[in-house]
Amino acid sequence: MKRYASVNPNQCVACGECAYVCPRKAVSIQKGCYAKVDDTLCVGCGLCERCCPAGCITLIDRDGCSTKGGQDTGRGHSSELCQKGIG
Amino acid sequence: MKEKMESKIESKIESEVKLELKSEIELKSEIEKTKINKQKINKREKRKWYTYLWIWSIVYFALGFFNILFAWLGMIDFLIPLVFAIFSGNKNFCNRYCGRGQLFRKLGNDCKCSRGKKAPGWISSKGFRYGFLAFFMTMFGNMIYQTYLVAAGATGLREAIKLFWTIRVPWGWTYTSGMTPDWIAQFSFGLYSLMLTSTLIGLVVMVLYRPRTWCSFCPMGTMTQGICRIKDSR
Repeated sequence: MKRYASVNPNQCVACGECAYVCPRKAVSIQKGCYAKVDDTLCVGCGLCERCCPAGCITLIDRDGCSTKGGQDTGRGHSSELCQKGIG
Repeated sequence: MKEKMESKIESKIESEVKLELKSEIELKSEIEKTKINKQKINKREKRKWYTYLWIWSIVYFALGFFNILFAWLGMIDFLIPLVFAIFSGNKNFCNRYCGRGQLFRKLGNDCKCSRGKKAPGWISSKGFRYGFLAFFMTMFGNMIYQTYLVAAGATGLREAIKLFWTIRVPWGWTYTSGMTPDWIAQFSFGLYSLMLTSTLIGLVVMVLYRPRTWCSFCPMGTMTQGICRIKDSR
């Protein structure tokens, strides 16, 4: 459980695909408008990231480094910065 | 004495190993049982009634193949998402009750008709989404205008559907003239064309990219999202 998924609400189209595939039911559609991941339930399997049609889900390391996608979600840092030991 | 001691120790070790093996087998069987239970729970959760709405999508196109007047039922797909967005301020139609979305999920995930590749970024960009919405609404307006022309008697009824707004396909067997006023039939042909074209585009992007790629630029989704944002900001 080194990673967790994070959704960019500005890009999310609320299709509900991530909530459908999540094995832990960690994803919910907030206000029916955008997906939100409960990071305490998320096991970082990446299923939601692989099915998102809008590509708005990124996997973030628990230490705060974005591992896929490259979208800055405000909580993590870019993988390049992490590799350099800055992030 | 030594031999007796050794044989006792050996028998003890054997019994302990047997116990360990038994416990391992029991553990494995327990793990398998919990796995099966989890799968059952997941299946139950996934079998909500609206996951079967893909059937509605197929039924709609099948009915239009026999009688074009059934195309009017397509207005349900236009009006319900707007009702959800305007009165409840949510996109629950998109993530639950959209028959087309459920059809793409069924074909793409369960029937494995999708490559599952990530779509190019421009498909879900704001510019493309709102541009496609504008284009779609223009075509919808054109369809309404054609219906008006037929109602006013300026043009005759065209018993054909247009695929991708260009390819004319004869569809005359689905309508017997005189059944209803001509403008009702004209609207049916226009709406059926629009629904079939958008589904075909959705199927193409489903095969090329991820199952519900259509949802990322669906005009109804873009429109309802805009309404939700406006309602949320208030």
